This record gives sequence, C-alpha cells and structure tokens, in this order.
Amino acid sequence: MDIFAQQVLNGLVLGSVYALVALGYTMVYGILGLINFAHGEVVMIGAMIALAVVSALLSVFPEMSPFLMIALAGTAAILVCMSLAFFIERLAYRPLRNAPRLAPLITAIGISILLQNIAMIIWGRKYKTVPQIFPTETFELFGANITSVQIFIITVSALLMAGLLVIVHFTKLGRAMRATSESQRVAGLMGINVNKIISVTFMIGAGLAAVAGILIAGNYSVAHYSMGFMLGLKAFTAAVLGGIGNLGGAVLGGLLLGLIESIGAGYIGDLTGGFLGSHYQDVFAFVVLIVVLVFRPTGIMGERVSERA
Amino acid sequence: MSLLELVKINKNFGGVQALDDVSLTINKGEIYGLIGPNGAGKTTLFNVITGVYLPNNGGISFDQQSIVGRKPYQVALAGIARTFQNIRLFQNMTVMENVMVGMHANTSTGSFGAIFSTKSARHEEKMIREQSAKWLSYVGILTEANNLARNLSYGDQRRLEIARALATKPKLLALDEPAAGMNATETEELKLLIQRIRNDGISILLIEHDVKLIMNLCDRVAVLDFGQKIAEDVPQRVRTDPKVIQAYIGGELP
Amino acid sequence: MKYFMQDLWRRFTGNRRALFFGYVLLFVALALLPFLLSNTVGRTWVRILDFALIYAMLALGLNIVVGFAGLLDLGYIAFYAVGAYTWALLASPQFDLHLPFWAILPIGAGMAALFGVLLGAPTLRLRGDYLAIVTLGFGEIIRIFLNNLDHPVNVTNGPIGINKIDPISIGGADLTKTHELLGIVFSGVHIYYYVLLILLFLTIVICVRLEKSRIGRAWLAIREDELAAQAMGINTRNVKLLAFALGAMFGGVAGGLFASLQGFVSPESFGLLESIMVLCMVVLGGMGHVYGVLLGALLLTVLPEILRSTASPIQRTLFGEVYIDPEALRMLLFGLALILVMLVRPTGLWPAPKRRTVIDQDIVED
Repeated sequence: MDIFAQQVLNGLVLGSVYALVALGYTMVYGILGLINFAHGEVVMIGAMIALAVVSALLSVFPEMSPFLMIALAGTAAILVCMSLAFFIERLAYRPLRNAPRLAPLITAIGISILLQNIAMIIWGRKYKTVPQIFPTETFELFGANITSVQIFIITVSALLMAGLLVIVHFTKLGRAMRATSESQRVAGLMGINVNKIISVTFMIGAGLAAVAGILIAGNYSVAHYSMGFMLGLKAFTAAVLGGIGNLGGAVLGGLLLGLIESIGAGYIGDLTGGFLGSHYQDVFAFVVLIVVLVFRPTGIMGERVSERA
Repeated sequence: MSLLELVKINKNFGGVQALDDVSLTINKGEIYGLIGPNGAGKTTLFNVITGVYLPNNGGISFDQQSIVGRKPYQVALAGIARTFQNIRLFQNMTVMENVMVGMHANTSTGSFGAIFSTKSARHEEKMIREQSAKWLSYVGILTEANNLARNLSYGDQRRLEIARALATKPKLLALDEPAAGMNATETEELKLLIQRIRNDGISILLIEHDVKLIMNLCDRVAVLDFGQKIAEDVPQRVRTDPKVIQAYIGGELP
Repeated sequence: MKYFMQDLWRRFTGNRRALFFGYVLLFVALALLPFLLSNTVGRTWVRILDFALIYAMLALGLNIVVGFAGLLDLGYIAFYAVGAYTWALLASPQFDLHLPFWAILPIGAGMAALFGVLLGAPTLRLRGDYLAIVTLGFGEIIRIFLNNLDHPVNVTNGPIGINKIDPISIGGADLTKTHELLGIVFSGVHIYYYVLLILLFLTIVICVRLEKSRIGRAWLAIREDELAAQAMGINTRNVKLLAFALGAMFGGVAGGLFASLQGFVSPESFGLLESIMVLCMVVLGGMGHVYGVLLGALLLTVLPEILRSTASPIQRTLFGEVYIDPEALRMLLFGLALILVMLVRPTGLWPAPKRRTVIDQDIVED
C-alpha cells in the first residue's frame, strides 16, 4: 500500500465534505457578508436526524433496503435542516440586517450554542455509533485502499457541487442569487424578491450541510452533539482560503484543506525529525491559511478589492 | 516657484492607459484646476499624487523632494492634504473629533503620555482642542462641533472635510470635486472659502466638474482627456483652445 | 422615561457634590461587597466575583482592539494564555523558578504585548472577516502548542497543565491564605478581590485616557475609515500594531492573575470558546464603550454562574426531579440570552454615548 496515495485519497474524501460545508458559508457570506457561525451546527443536526431515522427504521423494518433507508434518512435530514435554516435566518439574522456588523455575528454564536445544547439534551453527551447499513467493501486504486463509503462520499459530493454550479449559473434562481449578492438594493429595484432569495440561499446551504453531516458521520462511524463546531470552523477556513464569496473557491479551498491536513498529518513527524507529531495536524491547516492570506489577502480565488478613493 | 511637479506620469490598469505621460507643475500660492470629461483620469491622477496608487513610471516632487512611492500617510505628512470625491468623514465621531484627528500629523503624544496624562500631553491636548475649534470656525461650522459627523448637512460635510484637511497644516490642499451636489449658493460660499484658504498661503489643486467654478477661481487650468494632458494655461485661453472644445463637444463648456 | 433618566443623570453628574458623594458610596459598596456575598450566598461567590474582575480586564483589553480600532480578533484568548503560562513557568515547581509577582507581572505583560505585535504584523493588510479567521487560527495554534509542548522537551506539561503555581505574596504573606488585619478576617478570595479591583480600576483609567487621547482618536479614525485616516497622516500600520500590543498586554496581565489565583493552568482554559466569550462580553456590553464592556463582562461571568446554581434546584421544585442536564440548560439559556439581547439592542446593552468635546468659550466668541 502506497502511504502517499492513501493520504491523498483520505484528504480528498475529507476535503469533499469540507467543500460541501464551505459552500454554505460562502453562499451566505456572498449575499449577506455574514459569517454564519451556526452553519456547523446545522451539519451536526443533519447527521443526528439521519442517524435517528436510520435507527428507527432498523428497529421497525430491519429488512428494508439500505438504499431506501439512506434515501429516507437523507430526505428527512435535508428537510429538517432546511426548515431550521429558514427559521434561523428569519428570526436571528433578518431583524439585524441593518445593525452594526458584529451584532449578527453574536446572534449566530448564540444560535450555535443553543443548537449544540438542544442536541445534547435530546441525544445525550455520548458519542453515538453509526450502524453499518452498507456492507463495506474495499477496493484498490493507485496503490491506495478505498472503501465503498468513501466512493459514495466523493460521488455524492461531486454531484451536489455540480448541481449547485448549474443552479447558480444557468437558472433564473441562480441569476437572482448572483444579482442579490452584487447589490441587494439594485436587485430589489429589478423586481427580485430579495428576502426570498436570501431565505432560499440559506436553505440550499443547509441542504448541503445536512448531506455533509450524513457523509462525515458515515465516514467516521460516529456522531456527537459537538461534531459540527470544529467541522464548521474548518469549512469556514476552507471558504476563506479559497476566497470567500466565491463558489469555486469554496470547493478548491475545501479539497485543498482536506489534502493539507491529511498529508500534513502523515508527514509532519518525518519533516520535523520527530519534533512535531501528528497532533499538530490542525496547526498545519491554520499555518497554510495564514501564509496564503498574507500573500493573497482575499484568498486564492478571491477578487482583488482595491480601495477606491 | 514650483511646489508640486509631476514629470511624465504613466499609470495603467490591466492594459488600460489611465494616465499617459502627464506632466504638470503647480506653483506656490496658486489655485490650479484640473478638468476633463468623465473617465479622463482626473481622479486617478489625484490618487497617484496622494500615494493611493503607485505610478508605473514618472516622477513626482513636492517641495523639492521626490514623493514617488510614499504611502498616503507619508504624503500627508509631507504637506499634501486631500478631500474625497465621495465624502469620507469619520461618521460616528463628532465634528470636533474629526478635525482633532486631522491634528494627528503635527502632534506627538504617544500611548505613554496618554496613559500617564503627562503635563506635555495635557498641554498638547488643549492646543489640539483650541486649534480644531479654530478650523471649525474658519469654515463656519463651529456650532456643529458636538454633532456626529454623519448628522451634518451635505454642504457642511464638505466643509468639515476641508477643515479636517486644513488641520494637517498642508502646503497644498487637493480638493476632489468639492462642489459636487451643491446648489448655487453653496457653490458660491465654497468659492469664497477656497479663495480665503489661498490668501492664507495654501496652494490649491482643484478637480471639478463645475467648469464655471474652475474658470472663475483658478489661476491656471489643465485639461485631461483619455489620460493625456491636452491643455494647460490660464482659464481664458483654455476656454478657447480648439483641442479642449473638441474634447468637450456636447459637453458643458460655457 | 428615557429622557427623564438622561436628564436626571446629567443633573447628577453636573453636580460636583452629588458626584463626589456618589463616588464615595460606590467605593464603600465595592469594599463591602465581598463580605456581603460571603455572609449571604457563600464564599464561592466572592471567587466568582474575582473571576468576573479578571474577565472584565480581559474584555477591556479586547475592546481596545475590536471596539476602538475595529479589528475583529477571534483569537484574543491566546494573549491570556501567554500571560497565564508566563506566570506559571516563572513561578511554579515546573522549572523550579519562583520569581516575585512584581517581576512576573511586567514580564507577562511584555510577553503578551510581544505576541500581540508578532501576530498582528502579518495580518495588517487583511480586512474584517479575513482578519477574524486568521486571528482565530493564531489562537488555535497557540493552544495546540501549549497542548503538545510536553515532548520532546517538556515545557508546558501538555494537556495535564501546570500545577502548584505561586500565588501573589507581599512581604512573605501569601495572598491566597487567610489573614487578619485590624481585627477583620480576610480570606484569600477577599484579598484577591481587592487586588483585582485596584488593577481593574487602573485598567479602566488607562482605557478611558487612551480613548480620549490622540492615539485613541487615531484608532477610532481607522475603525471608521482607514483610507481617510491615512490621508490625515496617521501611520495606520503602527497605530494598529499599538492596539494589538496594548490589548494583548491587558490580556497578559489578566492571564497572569488568573494563573496565580487558580494555582493551576491547562490548555483547555484557552480554547476558541473562551475567545468567543470575551468577544460576546465586548459586543453585548456595548462595543467601544468602556463602561458598557465592563457591564458585559460582569453580566456574562455572573449570569452563567447564577444559572448553574439554579438550574437543578428550580427543576426540582417545579417537577420534583431533574429532567434536563443542568449544564446543557444553562448554556441553552445563555445562547438564548445572547440572541435576545442582540435582537432588542443591536448596539449592545450600554453603547457609547455621543461624545462631547468641551470648547473653551473664548474661542467660540472669536
């Protein structure tokens, strides 16, 4: 087994989940200029709902096809997360649209704390094991081992990202979204229902987040009420790395961050002569972020905003 | 005696030549006007002078010193103060505080002096307050001193911007379309203010769309068109220059 | 009602005698507070008050960076960590160093300021949210290092943390022990309360003086419009670095006091959640307003503790047993409070009042 190839593969799997979550951050940021701190929690809720549905189905219909099961669980998770995002935007962000810049950031943090603790009350403090509903098969690819779950993750993420790009660039809705992110005022004057577009944007992001939650829980076989926080942070980092507000940037940033973490963790010990161990995995991600931003202050694919006088 | 001298300034943005070999000289004690149709490069030139943009090549000397490559704050310290086309005040600070910020350049209290409220710090602070109040009454908005800048009327915001710029004790005051959006009375008052500033020994660079104001006020006028200087002379002669008329066909030249 | 209160306030502050009397009253109240608390709700609450004072200092430091200079810093807790670990390493059995507090305090402050500049310098070109994520990254990096610097050379003792940190001692008297003075018994938390109160008072004075100074105006100007600030001849790079350094310095001092009060530090006190908590204190209280921030810090330290001590008993009296995990309930209510306060008062509970500058009458008449 080729270790390097294996790390690259693991990085791509992790990175595609980051990318899905990062898309949600970047879409909301693009339209509202808001760091939606609660987005990571939406990912967690998605994973938890899906897990609850699968567990329920397993106990009632143990013979059900795993594909149908995952489809039902996924649908439930997506619907719950979308309505959740709708209400979050409506109740905690919309009233503050003209407030000082940091006010919505604080409500976002409040929502995040709220959701985490509600999840803890409902699902408890313990790590929950995800049941293996698919038989896990392992294939070999370029000297690396790839499981069926990993293939599933990469395929689903790629399809969703492609779908999102099609929506944003080739549909009327997408055009309205792009117009709104350019200027809410002008978009409103052109007859676009800005509030509706913002709601829809939040809901699309939440749908992607729900799927990402299911995928990541499937990949690690565990779910926990606090799983969304760090994941959300990483995904936000990915979005900034790629250039926040830019969809392609979010995907690129997500994949890149996944690769950096995976390869960095695998080789950091060798690189530093054993001085730094794999505990420094997270340091790697942040150091790369800082270095990139120092040289390109608006991210890899971000627009260069020059101050106009 | 020249104060500001631009020699063959070039600036392009991704292939668009915004300024093409522009040279000009502003003399001490002069009101120098810069006009040109929209997109002629006036504001670009302004930003090159004030250090916001770095020219691709060319020289700028101010008061016998080269200021090319200096940062905006260094240009301000050298003695060029500016206003902005789309007013940029410190909105949530009071009118008085806006001018007090302008005094930053010529004062020196640091964090040590501030924390221990040293005698020199208190003395300087008093001086800053007095001077700032003077600048406010100079432009005629002292009564507004304690209002927030964002609550001022449009014309008063323009005045405040000028007062704030004057507080930096400039040798050259560069005004970017100060009359934009003003009515006839306000423009007339502005004209008097600018003349008064010049009479107090400060040279003025004036970019303006209001050609009438420029012609009435300026000692010399330069005309930019497509990034090139096509004329530079006293107003009467610029007005009849065929090249200028050509550039302004359909335009508003009286 | 609002105007009535404002009018009352103005009359009160306008009257020198009333003002003096008010200050005396406040002073006495603050001096008696720990005794009142330990005799009514218990000595734990004096300890909580001590932590509230430390957090207030921390929040005032962050207010310099976020509130005055407008630089969104999500990794501010790193400076608190630097201060705490500096104290821990210089006054504990870890390296068997036992420096006196008057030596460590400035060293800790200096170290934190140094880190402030080191972390601030590369981020100066960044704007708004990019700055936020980078400072967040720096905060995490420092925490991860503290967590892992137990090998190959043991510096920080890793996740276990450093124990048996020396308390502040004056003339050989350990301030965490109980002492008697003039017939009154002061326990350690009482004494620390007074020490912290004095330091907090100094912090407030420094913050207010800075805000009203040339430097403070330069910070506000940068916050309002960076390019216009440059056009005023303000060297924005240096002035921003100064904000980072001074803000970090307060964080460092607070961290050192925290380490000495607690006697123990470990990396888990310095996570992102703590940075966010301090930011919440600043924004919730009233960003840029020293007294508002103070209020925010006190509320956000004391409120969760009140919830902690009431979450179980209230459930028991209402339902007969504890249904909901009290820790979860406490945080849930806390999150809810953050949202509600922001929705009702987006500029914070006590935002900066419109400032007035005194103008000498003779100038007006000129």
